[in-house]
Amino acid sequence: MLRLMDRLNPQALRIVALLVVVAAVLVFFSLVVPNYLNGRLFNRISSSVAIMALVATAQTLVIITRNIDLSIGSTLGFVAFATGSLVTNNPDLGPVVLVAYAMALGAMFGAINGVLVAYARIPAIIVTLGTMALFRSALVEYSDSKSISTANLPEWLVAFPNTVLWEWGEMQFRAAFVAAVAVVLLVHLALTRLRVARRLYAIGSNPEAAEMAGINTRLTVFVAFVLAGALAGLAGFMFLARFGTITVVAGLGFELKSVAAAVVGGVNIFGGSGTVIGALIGAILVDLIDTSLVRWALVSEFWREAVLGVLILLSVAADALLMRRLIAARRAREHAKAEARIERELAAQNGRAAS
Amino acid sequence: MTVLSRLRSWEGFLLAALLVIIATNTALSPQFMTLSNQINLFQLSIEKIIVALVMTLIIINGEIDLSVGSMMGLAACAFGWMFANGVPAELAIVIVLLIGVAGGALNGIFVAWVGLPSLVVTLATLIGFRGLARVLVEDRGIGGFPAWFNALGQRGLIGDIPLSILLFVVLFVVFYVVLQHTGFGRKTYLIGNNREVAAFAGIDTARHKLVLFILSGAVSALAGLLFAARVGAVRGDVANGFELDIITIVLLGGVSIFGGSGSLVGTLLAVLIVLNLRNGMALMNVTGHIQTGVIGILLIASVIAPRLSLGVLLARPRRGAGEGAGA
Repeated sequence: MLRLMDRLNPQALRIVALLVVVAAVLVFFSLVVPNYLNGRLFNRISSSVAIMALVATAQTLVIITRNIDLSIGSTLGFVAFATGSLVTNNPDLGPVVLVAYAMALGAMFGAINGVLVAYARIPAIIVTLGTMALFRSALVEYSDSKSISTANLPEWLVAFPNTVLWEWGEMQFRAAFVAAVAVVLLVHLALTRLRVARRLYAIGSNPEAAEMAGINTRLTVFVAFVLAGALAGLAGFMFLARFGTITVVAGLGFELKSVAAAVVGGVNIFGGSGTVIGALIGAILVDLIDTSLVRWALVSEFWREAVLGVLILLSVAADALLMRRLIAARRAREHAKAEARIERELAAQNGRAAS
Repeated sequence: MTVLSRLRSWEGFLLAALLVIIATNTALSPQFMTLSNQINLFQLSIEKIIVALVMTLIIINGEIDLSVGSMMGLAACAFGWMFANGVPAELAIVIVLLIGVAGGALNGIFVAWVGLPSLVVTLATLIGFRGLARVLVEDRGIGGFPAWFNALGQRGLIGDIPLSILLFVVLFVVFYVVLQHTGFGRKTYLIGNNREVAAFAGIDTARHKLVLFILSGAVSALAGLLFAARVGAVRGDVANGFELDIITIVLLGGVSIFGGSGSLVGTLLAVLIVLNLRNGMALMNVTGHIQTGVIGILLIASVIAPRLSLGVLLARPRRGAGEGAGA
């Protein structure tokens, strides 16, 4: 088993393990909840995961560089409100303008974080704790204790998240989910195929070495925060479209949920490793358990969070222990190989000497 | 240490800021400097500032505990649940403190022995403890505690000073002595500075961290009980989100997020600044959310300011400002 796992690279292994856990959760609940596995389950989870997938992806970009963004929920809330207020006052604006506005606004917030972290060199946890409060109070000030309501939004915007692009049995692939997955895949491709993106990982695994290797670490960290802000802005747009009614508490708590989804998805909190696909599956897993526990008659729905906490702890502990064993096994095998080679060479030398 | 260098230290900067805030507030309102206003100030956030003391130790040790708010909630709800189910309040208090110890031990075991980052472990228990609190009280509110229990949270114990403030003072003195004048305190700094070096020096770093997390759990549970007594009722969302406020206070106090430096005096000054600043803004009719925003700006400024004033900016520290802040 270990030998087989050794063939796969650790990231692929993590994703396989996650998928196994998702499958196990599905099997478990289909045994205890009658009429569980159906299209409606897929539709429900895919709708709610669309937003969290984007936020978790944004968080992952920042975590890979050995930073963290706790302001992401406040950014999402502000953008959702500001975009809602823009379209309420100008109902003729099209989707492209709105999405661009949302992403630009988010990127601007990300740039504030980025400047403070990358150029002023303040630890990210301090900066984003501060801007989390700051952006939220900016929202309170901006909103002037009003809220956005669905009635004032254009019809296409409210209809967008639930538009069914195609159906497969009862499973509906809705626009918001498809768009979110497309964005995650795009980011994944960029992270794995673009040479520039490798810098994020390099900085995360060893900032000093990355700097010595000639990487502009400041610019790279700055860009990571800006991209995360833009993605959070996009998530804010999705949030607006899905819920319609936006108050000053929009996106509250998303900062820690997104970290949880990323960590469950195998993103190393100390930077340097992790994939956005993992974060996406992490978000799906968290949402799946959340949704399924509500339907399990045996336990009260109030167990949701307790179970979620245990799940996060176990998945991270299992991941850490497994990785340690894998690394040890790999090292032992390489050691054995090297020893065998030395012995062969020695034998060959002895043979030459004898002849 | 000369007077000048003392004043230029981080604590001196905080003290100066505090004096400015107090002077402004006094000028704004004659009611400000009264004893009752000051007690009231403290009492409204007493649970947070008690936990800030133990958080100072945790962060100096190079770790973080995000689960404190949830532990406060769990403690309050466990007390309410036991009381509603006929457990005498005295016994319930003891059991709740044991729950705090157990929760802290859970964090500590995963951090110290399994070797997981405390940010992740306590993020998981933040969700888990809160979940247990909700399991216990669901969406009800539980109240009707015995009169003596509520009185402990609401009335003065010695003169006008309530139990919670006395506890804060006692814990401050105890933690101060432990941190500055005992081997345990020195080890706390050393491990926070460099865990590997500390381990090579023969310190059982795992046990040390375990003890600190147990302490954090127990103090958080105590704070949760104080909250229940002060408000006289509990709900599932008691102390929700307190962890970030608490960490903000500690970092504002000059404790390095990377561990190894900081002091309880800094935390105390930060507590006083936050309380008085919020009070002053309330006097000027600034709403709670905006107040939080101002505290956020202050937190970021607190890291930049010492570098400007100390000229450390020229030295360009490699990683963050935490190292400079505690100097």
